[in-house]
Amino acid sequence: MSSKSLAISCEGVTKTYPGKPPVKAVQGVDLQIQRGECFGVLGPNGAGKTTTIEILEGLLPPTAGSVHILGMDWRTHEADIRQRIGVSLQETQLSDRLSVAETLSLFRSFYNDGLTLNESLQQVSLTDKASAWVKNLSGGQKQRLSVACAVVGNPDLLFLDEPTTGLDPSSRRQIWDIVRSFREQEKTVMITTHYMEEAERLCDRVAIFDQGRVIALGTPNELIASLGAEHVIEFTVNDDPSRPLPYDWLQELPTVEQVDIHHGEIRMTAGESHTVLGPLFEQLDRRGLALTSLTTRHASLEDVFVQLTGRQLNEAARKSTTTEAPTMEAL
Amino acid sequence: MTKSKSNRLSPLWSLTLARLREFYRKPEAVFWVYFFPILMVVALGVAFRNKPIEQITVDVEDSPQSANWIRALELDSRVLVSSFDSTTCRKRLRTGQSDLYITPGEELGSVSYVFDPTRPGSIVAKDLANRLIQSAAGRTDPVAVNIQEFAEPGSRYIDFLIPGLLGMGLMGGGLWGVGFAVVDMRIRKLLKRFLATPMKKSHFLVGIMTSRLFFMVPEIILLIVFSWLFFDVRVYGNWFAIVFLVLLGAVEFSGIGLLVASRARTLESVSGLMNLVMLPMWTLSGIFFSYDRFPEAVQPVIKLLPLTPLIDALRKVMLEGVTLAMLVPELLIMSCWAAACFVVALKIFRWTD
Ligand SMILES: Nc1ncnc2c1ncn2[C@@H]1O[C@H](COP(=O)(O)OP(=O)(O)OP(=O)(O)O)[C@@H](O)[C@H]1O
Ligand SMILES: [Mg+2]
Repeated sequence: MSSKSLAISCEGVTKTYPGKPPVKAVQGVDLQIQRGECFGVLGPNGAGKTTTIEILEGLLPPTAGSVHILGMDWRTHEADIRQRIGVSLQETQLSDRLSVAETLSLFRSFYNDGLTLNESLQQVSLTDKASAWVKNLSGGQKQRLSVACAVVGNPDLLFLDEPTTGLDPSSRRQIWDIVRSFREQEKTVMITTHYMEEAERLCDRVAIFDQGRVIALGTPNELIASLGAEHVIEFTVNDDPSRPLPYDWLQELPTVEQVDIHHGEIRMTAGESHTVLGPLFEQLDRRGLALTSLTTRHASLEDVFVQLTGRQLNEAARKSTTTEAPTMEAL
Repeated sequence: MTKSKSNRLSPLWSLTLARLREFYRKPEAVFWVYFFPILMVVALGVAFRNKPIEQITVDVEDSPQSANWIRALELDSRVLVSSFDSTTCRKRLRTGQSDLYITPGEELGSVSYVFDPTRPGSIVAKDLANRLIQSAAGRTDPVAVNIQEFAEPGSRYIDFLIPGLLGMGLMGGGLWGVGFAVVDMRIRKLLKRFLATPMKKSHFLVGIMTSRLFFMVPEIILLIVFSWLFFDVRVYGNWFAIVFLVLLGAVEFSGIGLLVASRARTLESVSGLMNLVMLPMWTLSGIFFSYDRFPEAVQPVIKLLPLTPLIDALRKVMLEGVTLAMLVPELLIMSCWAAACFVVALKIFRWTD
């Protein structure tokens, strides 16, 4: 495929921050993103998401590798690319003492073409806050203003770096609506996030990053299907945590694909949950163990990450420590 | 409304307007920019207003003849006479509490003066005391003199000081105003955010400089009007020339401010740099006293500092009524500083962290 029809194409992108020791933030990333695609970049803290997206945005020179945006090279067509992309950075504090409308018209003034003030205010539902100073906005409203500044130039390609981190569910949904309406105009979006379920709902394809590399790439469904099992069964038992019993037998249960034990919580992926549960209860009973909790659900991208790395995506979501969980094979 | 170019402001104007709004919406910044220089003028103006009516402190060592000489010295109202023993007199002279100390001689009709030849006040005191003592003893002046005191506005210290303070205000305003604003925007990643748009980098820098012009002109006019009302400081030259000089000075120092702030990542480092840049000019460029007092060899260097030509030109216009056409060297030096700083700042400016 020619790079002309791609919104983003990069090869071998590497970034090493100098220091002692040097930080290898990104280690050889290749991406090909179609026009009209909503592409998600997922990964834990420090995975290299921001570094990668800022290289694509032309804000950070890569240590090695090549980048093409909308078929153009940053080194030769910077001004053209800038007119056609919109960017929201992970952390920008817009000027406190400018109003929402003033901020938007400032950003609008940089683009040859773009939305009117009213259109951009409507897009992010900030019309009634038009004359409020930025410092008096809530966190969610600030974030929406930041996204509005990215779309005010009516770009063909939108980069959003963690636009929903730290927002409440309703503010997150408003950001999703902005992304969706942008998508409906056949435009391209690249969005980074910590939230797997956000990527599943919003993105056509996702790349899962870990330690500066893409460790999985595909549609959310493909990635989940790659687990080979669509159901997840998580449970805990009244076992003595200091001297756990062997759990090899779990692997033998019907349709079970994988078993992980993470701080006493047992997680199994299985083709069908109902065929697993009967034999599971029977076996637990036979070993004198009682369930203390049990949940079953559809597999998510979170499970893909856990399967690939043996770690949780959001360490913060877990109260436990960050030591690597022993897998079934290790026991 | 439709999608069109018509709803778009000029980027340069938008950037300038944004800076102006941010500034005027910060009351404490407005206070420091507009009222601090006025406070300074008041303090210095009051301190130096009474300069000509100087007091001269003369000590006379205790002795049988003292009373004679004290009477002679007291004929002049400017002289404050006291008498002490010789150790106290010596100590008072050494610590600057007196300007001169007089020891009546052994025999009648002789005195000795002890003074400090490095202190102008001390020299004046010796000459004045000598004249009083000699005429009390019967000396007559062979030449008749007619003395007129000259204290027209324009010749006083305050008249000399005000243009210096204007220059200092332009320098401080440009450096602090621009330097802090830029570094603050860098810390907030706003510069990086702007870099991610098609904004022209030169527009951003010119916008900051333009907004400085809008702040400085009212400030300077306020200062000039204030010093005219309260100290009768008059402008002999053309007002247009003054406005032009103020604008050029504001451009020059905001350019220097941009350069100083072009790489700094923290407010501490930028304020250190600014003090470093301003220090030589505070002392050398003739804000408070003429730089003629410095050695001949360093004069050409002093004249090339960014502040010197501004203050010189302001003094010439305000006090001597000189026209801009006669100030070409000064204008040239200032323009060179402005242009060079702007170009270098644009080149080395740090947009990202
Ligand atoms: N300017 C820098 N200098 C040195 N190291 C850096 C710099 N910026 C990032 N890093 C390091 O590079 C790695 C990747 O950082 P990056 O910000 O790209 O991660 P991220 O995936 O965006 O994380 P987060 O989810 O926390 O935003 C981290 O280990 C980080 O500490
Ligand atoms: Mg990040």
